[in-house]
Amino acid sequence: MQLDPETARESDVVSARVVIEPPRGWTSLDLAELWRYRELAGFLALRDIQIRYKQSLLGASWTVLQPLLTTAIFAVLFGLLLGPDHLPTPEGVPYAVSTYCALVPWQLFAASLAASGRSVAASQQLVTKVYFPRLLLPVAPVLSALVDFAVAFAVLVAMLVAFGMAPGPAVLALPLFVALAVLAALAVSLWLSALNAVYRDVQLAIPFLVQVWMYATPVVYTTESVMHAQPGWVRAVYGLNPMAGVVEGFRWALLGAAPPSGALLASSLAMVAFLLVGGAFYFRRMERVFADLV
Amino acid sequence: MASSRIAVRAERLSKRFRLGQHDAYRTLRESAARALGRALRRRQAAAAETREIWALRDVDLEVERGEVLGVIGANGAGKSTLLKILARITAPTSGRAEIHGRVGSLLEVGTGFHPELSGRENVYLNGVILGMRKAEIDAAFDAIVGFAGVERFLDTPVKRYSSGMRVRLAFAVAAHLRPEILIVDEVLAVGDAAFQKRCVGKMSDVARDGSTLLFVSHNMKAVRRLCPRSVLLSGGRLVAAGPTEEVVAAYLASVQQADSLEKLPAAIAALPRDPNFRLVDIQVRQQGRATVAVGNGEPIEIEMVYDVLEYTAGLRVYFDLCDEEHERLVRSFHDDDADSMDVTAPGRYRSVATLPANLLAPLDYALVLRATIHNVRNLMGDGIAIGLSVSPTSPINRAYPHEPVRAKLQPLVPWTTEAI
Repeated sequence: MQLDPETARESDVVSARVVIEPPRGWTSLDLAELWRYRELAGFLALRDIQIRYKQSLLGASWTVLQPLLTTAIFAVLFGLLLGPDHLPTPEGVPYAVSTYCALVPWQLFAASLAASGRSVAASQQLVTKVYFPRLLLPVAPVLSALVDFAVAFAVLVAMLVAFGMAPGPAVLALPLFVALAVLAALAVSLWLSALNAVYRDVQLAIPFLVQVWMYATPVVYTTESVMHAQPGWVRAVYGLNPMAGVVEGFRWALLGAAPPSGALLASSLAMVAFLLVGGAFYFRRMERVFADLV
Repeated sequence: MASSRIAVRAERLSKRFRLGQHDAYRTLRESAARALGRALRRRQAAAAETREIWALRDVDLEVERGEVLGVIGANGAGKSTLLKILARITAPTSGRAEIHGRVGSLLEVGTGFHPELSGRENVYLNGVILGMRKAEIDAAFDAIVGFAGVERFLDTPVKRYSSGMRVRLAFAVAAHLRPEILIVDEVLAVGDAAFQKRCVGKMSDVARDGSTLLFVSHNMKAVRRLCPRSVLLSGGRLVAAGPTEEVVAAYLASVQQADSLEKLPAAIAALPRDPNFRLVDIQVRQQGRATVAVGNGEPIEIEMVYDVLEYTAGLRVYFDLCDEEHERLVRSFHDDDADSMDVTAPGRYRSVATLPANLLAPLDYALVLRATIHNVRNLMGDGIAIGLSVSPTSPINRAYPHEPVRAKLQPLVPWTTEAI
């Protein structure tokens, strides 16, 4: 059983010498090591997907049913409350399309939070028995949420075709907003998963947090419908919720709605950057006690 | 770097745990409950709760490239903590260690196996978890499956595997991991004798190929066979290092020996003090008479009398019946038949275990009496060992008396045979 010498040599080089010392203060992120273990992130995500689809009868349809039903509920609710002509939707876009379009990235964010928040605590078996960069634990569920995102997105495309809505050139900006959603999910997940390893209450609070966060995000309404009379700085504050920028970006790129205001977008970006970097360092600081705590 | 002959070097490595905290994650409710509890309870109890223990204390260790080192010691001596630090699973409190080379650790067979996934999927998942590249697993896949002998069940979910198949597959993956330093903790505790033999064989292969092996086991035979050199840990400290024969001898001697009953009081007096527990007396009796020279035809009573000094959850007194090599044959806890963990109130207790008649072989055994607070700490140090010398008084096999010892245990099993 001899290993391919190329691979063996590479392994020699990558971990030639490791110094183990009591951790003090903040530690570096060690992105190089994270990169070396990238396959593990993929396999952990793959495991999540395989298990999810093996165990559930309806498989992929859950990921579509949930946003569709949510859309239907709010369409009926707001239709009754505000009347069918006053629904909070961009000019010329059916409310259902506008809401489903927002729910697709929102589900990506919400599902990531729910799974990632639990990730460290749920991986007790691994954390106490094997070494690997712990940062991969909250990363993997975000990757597997991307698969569900792709399925839900395909339904969105079908919906646009059905309503005869063709996106303009703004659609080229869509990958940027997907990336922003992924980074936002990752940023918040890093904090939640590290906190949850220490305080199990966090995982009880996550569903509530996600629910409140959804109402603070223009998912079932548009930013314009609540912000139309507000000055720029209010929008900037509103944009501190990075998902506000993501959702408005999706509507702009796909539905031809008004572009998200610069102030809102800038503060969304700044907030994600801050949460992501801070979260990664916080996670690294906390991870040294994971094996003793979980 | 290549000039360095050292694979592992540890200097004054130490790890501290806070008792009553290290095994428990916190919730806000629990934190609040603890604070309230502290306010109500006596100060002494509160002090006990925040006591610290050093699971590892100032351990110096040097392992050369290609060396096979045994790590032995009683439960709670710090062996696992040492390995977990070297495998970077947990961080030391002080001291430092240097590792030269890629480390693979096998602290539990089957880490990361998922019951819903197929054998094939689990091989890949387990492999990458243990630090292999996908390309390496591809290359080794057939050998792994062949070693485990599960070719026909590759696409069956692992939950439908027998436990033997699962263990074989898990070990096969780990055995084909090709680290320069392999850290193995007590994997021989699972599986049957044939499997254990294969594990040991595979590990000697690994060592022959020039890998460094750190091997923890209670199985003195395996340690003797695999490791030319060993270290002995006791109470978190490294107390002996050298040729395995000497270290194993030191280990066996460190267990409080009381080969005759007269030495028992001294052995009891030599036990470390504990705030929750104090051993008062030990008796081994047969037919009402205190003796360690027993017959295997009559029941043997093992009695422990002890004081419990605090309310203690998960207090368990137990004995190990070991062969002369200190390989464990039987372990029995006083509450083996309990439905749930008990809280023992302060007071004096007597626990009596009865070894049934017609169980032992006419051999010498070591009976090791121990006590523990479950998942917290050992209460009687390495325990008190009593030599048990068994003579054949059992009616077993009386028609064929030329074969007095068939196995280390030879229970007289009820049989019925009838012409049908």
